[in-house]
Amino acid sequence: MLPLLASGADAAATPAWAMLAYLASGVLFILALRGLSSPQTSRAGNRYGMIGMLIAVVTTLVTHSIATLPEIGIAILLGGIIGFTIARRIAMTDMPQLVAAFHSLVGLAAVLVALAAFLDPGAFGIVDAAGQILLVSRVELALGAAIGAITFSGSVIAFAKLNGNMSGTPILLPARHIINLGTLAAILGLTALYAVSPMGGAGEGWMFWAILAAAFIIGFLLIIPIGGADMPVVVSMLNSYSGWAAAAMGFTLGNTAMIITGALVGASGAILSYIMCKAMNRSFISVIAGGFGAEAASTDGAPREQRPYKQGSAADAAFMLEQAERVIIIPGYGMAVAQAQHVLREMADVLKEKGVEVKYAIHPVAGRMPGHMNVLLAEANVPYDEVFELEDINSEFAQADVAFIIGANDVVNPAAKTDKTSPIYGMPVFDVDKAKQVFFIKRSMGGAGYAGVDNEVFYMDQTMMLLSDAKKMVEEIVKNLD
Amino acid sequence: MDFISILSIFVMACFVGYYVVWSVTPALHTPLMAVTNAISSVIIVGALIASAEAGSMVAKWLGLAGVVLASINIFGGFAVTERMLAMYKKKEKK
Repeated sequence: MLPLLASGADAAATPAWAMLAYLASGVLFILALRGLSSPQTSRAGNRYGMIGMLIAVVTTLVTHSIATLPEIGIAILLGGIIGFTIARRIAMTDMPQLVAAFHSLVGLAAVLVALAAFLDPGAFGIVDAAGQILLVSRVELALGAAIGAITFSGSVIAFAKLNGNMSGTPILLPARHIINLGTLAAILGLTALYAVSPMGGAGEGWMFWAILAAAFIIGFLLIIPIGGADMPVVVSMLNSYSGWAAAAMGFTLGNTAMIITGALVGASGAILSYIMCKAMNRSFISVIAGGFGAEAASTDGAPREQRPYKQGSAADAAFMLEQAERVIIIPGYGMAVAQAQHVLREMADVLKEKGVEVKYAIHPVAGRMPGHMNVLLAEANVPYDEVFELEDINSEFAQADVAFIIGANDVVNPAAKTDKTSPIYGMPVFDVDKAKQVFFIKRSMGGAGYAGVDNEVFYMDQTMMLLSDAKKMVEEIVKNLD
Repeated sequence: MDFISILSIFVMACFVGYYVVWSVTPALHTPLMAVTNAISSVIIVGALIASAEAGSMVAKWLGLAGVVLASINIFGGFAVTERMLAMYKKKEKK
């Protein structure tokens, strides 16, 4: 083996059984994700994940001379209590913020591990005979720390935007692309400089600190120009980064479990980002470049021409729903904000009892993160086999008697198919115009969707606008159904 | 393990990840994110090593801090995933 490519784990001399244990834990993580291919196998998958984690932790503790077992026990207990409490208490609507917060913790943990390895490389077995950190390890450490730091500061901003601590409006610095690219180039340049520097001992090398500082700043700069509508992509992207950070540290430690996990998580986040981009017909580059939603916000104040529309009451809606044979409900995030999912499921139950077929149609960007709407419906006890994805149900609108739109807007906007000037042009949307009737629950005629565009569906002949708070309107409909 | 072996595992794992994640049903994408969050905290292994071998006091405390953060994620991530998955139910047969 070339000395250049020697890896630190040689020196640590991990016993063979421990290597196998880490491999087993990596395989269990693969099975954890594999379980998610169907709700029936998902819980078993989650258990595999927990067992995998237990194996990794125990193996590490057993194979290292632990001088600090009580402290470690306290640290795990403390983290465990905090994590468990948060997991029990969090509202399902707040899931995106929670995931962003968790990403920031993974990022910060990666930074701490990289720093510890930088200051005490001997403990990680990544030093050569002269006490210098190995070249490969330096690159891994620098990249791991940088990706971790980007994940951390980026996730903090994403959390603040999702949690409402910070406005979702993009913050656009002048020359931001030049600043961002310059900082990224600086991180890579400093990494190369650090790798070949003669200052390679424990805690030596100012470049390492500079890389860390630059990475914290770039994470912040990358996310502030990205608008609220693009947050699902950002959360997925940060998910990916947290995986790559773990993988980089896995290289440093020569640890199979970390490398497999890092690759899995990295791939997962990247695929979810891709799915989200496709669902909004946005290129990944344009999301990263940011600014989406900035122009839309400015046109909102402009007077919109008044066009005639039909308004209906809960009694009208209830009457027609009873007559219908097939109803497709299209929930959007507005439904979750109004907390209408439980009463909506009640309405569906009453209709089903009356022999009406009820299905739910979910757009990939219906919530604030991938799959968010499915969780919100599951929480309201909607059976998952009544819930369908966009491509699976879109052909069924032609046979539907009623398309029931609640809290959604952009995902049913035909402008996405017809109007090339529309900001949402090209986004896949539900063909609600093919349904015999469309009920559209909306708070008022003012205020457009998240993307700030008017919607033709409001003014169609077969559309009945139900102008009210979503929860109140559905409650009224349920009353009228009895 | 030498760098090339590690790299081989990494590249293979990327492919495994690609195919496994595409097979995840879109309805479970949120639990997918929560559980990937939990498993990426396997970085706790690094934090444990740093805190276990008290070669440097600073490294030890950095490691312990890392253990706390990763534990929040591990317990929180798996628990919240479990909570979500428990909500997914099939239609009751009548």
